[in-house]
Amino acid sequence: MHLTNEEKSMLEGEFGEPCKWAMEHMLRVGNFFGAKDFVQVTQAHMMADPESVGEIGVEFLEKLADQNGSVKIPMITDPRGVDLNYYRPLGQTEEMANLDRRLISACERMGILMTNTCINYQTVMAPIIGEHVAFGDTGVVIYSNSVCGARSNFEGGPSALASGLTGRTPRYGLHLIENRRATKRFTISEFPHSLMDWGILGAVIGKKLGSYWEIPIIEGLELIPTSDQMKHFGAAMASHGSVPLFHLLGITPEARTIEDVGGNRLVAEAITKTDLKVLRSNYMGDRNALDVVVFGAPQLSLIEMQKIANLCEGKTLRISLIVCTSPQVYGDAKRMGLIDAIETAGGKVLEGTCFYNQYAREIGEANGWKNLMTNSAKLANIIGGYGYTPSLASMSDCIDSAELGKNILEEKQ
Amino acid sequence: MNRIQLSCHIGLGPSVSGLALVTSDDFSARYDLNRLKGVFSRPSHRLFGKSYVGKIMVFNDVKGGVASAWMLREMLSRKLAPRALLFNRVNPILAQGAAFADMTMCDRFENVDVTEQIKTGDWVTVEPDKGVVFVESN
Repeated sequence: MHLTNEEKSMLEGEFGEPCKWAMEHMLRVGNFFGAKDFVQVTQAHMMADPESVGEIGVEFLEKLADQNGSVKIPMITDPRGVDLNYYRPLGQTEEMANLDRRLISACERMGILMTNTCINYQTVMAPIIGEHVAFGDTGVVIYSNSVCGARSNFEGGPSALASGLTGRTPRYGLHLIENRRATKRFTISEFPHSLMDWGILGAVIGKKLGSYWEIPIIEGLELIPTSDQMKHFGAAMASHGSVPLFHLLGITPEARTIEDVGGNRLVAEAITKTDLKVLRSNYMGDRNALDVVVFGAPQLSLIEMQKIANLCEGKTLRISLIVCTSPQVYGDAKRMGLIDAIETAGGKVLEGTCFYNQYAREIGEANGWKNLMTNSAKLANIIGGYGYTPSLASMSDCIDSAELGKNILEEKQ
Repeated sequence: MNRIQLSCHIGLGPSVSGLALVTSDDFSARYDLNRLKGVFSRPSHRLFGKSYVGKIMVFNDVKGGVASAWMLREMLSRKLAPRALLFNRVNPILAQGAAFADMTMCDRFENVDVTEQIKTGDWVTVEPDKGVVFVESN
């Protein structure tokens, strides 16, 4: 890879050991993908929950902080693994909390802003079209690439950190225009309604693509989706298919016309009702059984919080309800009475975490949770590996099920 | 015994040998594994219930999230990790994770589907710096 004089100095250690590690790491990745040089990035966003990072990863972060590592660009974080204001009731241990505390301390010493959110594009600072960034969390990346027109690869925690320490990332993948052109073309004939429907559509397209290197152009939407709809659509597509970018014809900024992204040379495949039904049929749960209802993945916006608060009004929930939102939204939701409305009904709102990355297996075992209902197609996809049987339902069906104390999906069919 | 040589893109990590565990399924450390026990835990995964520890894992592609980039090193630190990962095509997360962990990983095999060229139980030697994989089968 071609290096500037400043980059050579970083690699030789003139900017300290953390910068040297960061350059060595990014060179390995850049060479693997055939990057010719680095591109400067303006923001970094790091996934670093303690279950994933582990003791060895926390020690690594502490070592960089001890070596006076310091980020060169604004750098923020994905959801934490522990809500330090509410972890014992979930069955999380002091060991888990202490690992997270050490991780937070190391990050703060390096100048990282602990935003603890996977909806930074709704709450912190959305990137703009053409802006090169180094974002972690697949939902953040696909939204930023697709809706905002920013340029980011999926950046795992170590690579996002390397970008934060240097202000750079190897120029490969989605940083190159040629890799942003459509490779598959889909038509849809029905506008999805609920957020669950958007997630199912995203999941179907993601499964059909099944690769980071396949980019869809989708046509047939008659209305402009909202930010929350795009959020669930993209997060599900990225989760089910590892897809980092989608184009919606006439809607997303890089696809004003079909020719803009090369979609005119592709044969369109229709997404059918059967496709959607088949996907949904995988997530009907275990008959009437239900142990926990979860909203998250991605964290909820203020608008979603209001919808849940309204649905909870006057209800007494018989099943545990966990709602995961960002610290930014939590503050507003608290001030507006939405947290109290949800918790008065019997739910619990967690701040700065997301269910699947907060030791999901351990809290499931501690609470006897196996049958999980959610409106998130992303969460439904992930959580099976942690020992849960997921069911996918609309937000209102989730709340109704929590109130009735059972999975109502079978009865509704 | 049959011995074949596969060519691939220059990979990551040291040269290693071991027994293959092969699937045409995709892979995510977060979605598919019980990393505390070293087994595949996702019921819908074709390798559900099987141990991946010390194996040369062969997959089609990668799916899902960014967590695998931390997890590979974490798994190695507890000695509950695969010996190597081979893919038809890898995404940035697994490549970043292998680079961070110094775990052996290769992809982009020349003109073949690697999940069809290697069978579970084959003895596989991976030389990522040369971009070659040797497969011995009975």
